[in-house]
Amino acid sequence: MENFTPYSALTGGILIGLAATLLLLFNGRIAGISGIMSGLIKAERTELFWRLAFLIGIMMGAFLFHQIKPDFYQPRENFPVWLLAFGGFLVGFGTRMGNGCTSGHAVCGIARFSVRSIAATITFMATGFLTVYIMRHVLGVLA
Amino acid sequence: MKLIVIALISGILFGIGLALSQMTNPAKVLNFLDITGNWDPSLIFVMAGALAITTLCFRKILKRPTPLFDKQFYLSNKSVIDKPLLMGAAIFGIGWGISGYCPGPSIAGLGMGNFETLVMIFSIYLGFMAHRLYNK
Repeated sequence: MENFTPYSALTGGILIGLAATLLLLFNGRIAGISGIMSGLIKAERTELFWRLAFLIGIMMGAFLFHQIKPDFYQPRENFPVWLLAFGGFLVGFGTRMGNGCTSGHAVCGIARFSVRSIAATITFMATGFLTVYIMRHVLGVLA
Repeated sequence: MKLIVIALISGILFGIGLALSQMTNPAKVLNFLDITGNWDPSLIFVMAGALAITTLCFRKILKRPTPLFDKQFYLSNKSVIDKPLLMGAAIFGIGWGISGYCPGPSIAGLGMGNFETLVMIFSIYLGFMAHRLYNK
């Protein structure tokens, strides 16, 4: 096992859980990042500002943490931009078609025992595993 | 205004959580997805930590008639596992496995000056638009 970090992972996860709890308790919203992002495209004014605030908050939180603990982030070098763009396109298309991503389905949906979210999480984990297997061990690219 | 302040605080916590758990490192995410290689199970602990809180709290919160600052809860009321759900999730998983980024870390990475996440966010939005055309 490579660079296994259970404590920081668990603590980070708890913070993510608290963030989602806060948003549901006060605002009645699910902290699903893909939905919040895509909602910016056609949002009315009242819908727009809390979404922007949430996304800016994520950047601010990551920025603050990065100032305090810069060694937690290791930039990746030499990853082909076209492959990144292709991956990003599939992430955007897939999360709209499937109504959610890791946050909306795996963190919030499963907590409500939503069968749709459980099915979605199993599915994207499975194709994620398969994709990395093919990329790294069949095609041998980008180990 | 109240809604915006809560969203900002929630976002900040979310961003710190992503950075602390290193979900902002695509290599770490890909090492989680690489079960036959040098597997790094950290992501399971991220999910476990998050779900421990949300599973406990969501149930209590959703027993309330309304949230504290709004008139209603905004939840999906779909309950059927259909083809778009599974196909969409499958496509998302492939994109995640290629890039090492899901949407949250793509946004968080901007706060760390990560150039890759600019490409991610731009192409994620292209994917959103493509889906709107596809659905017409």
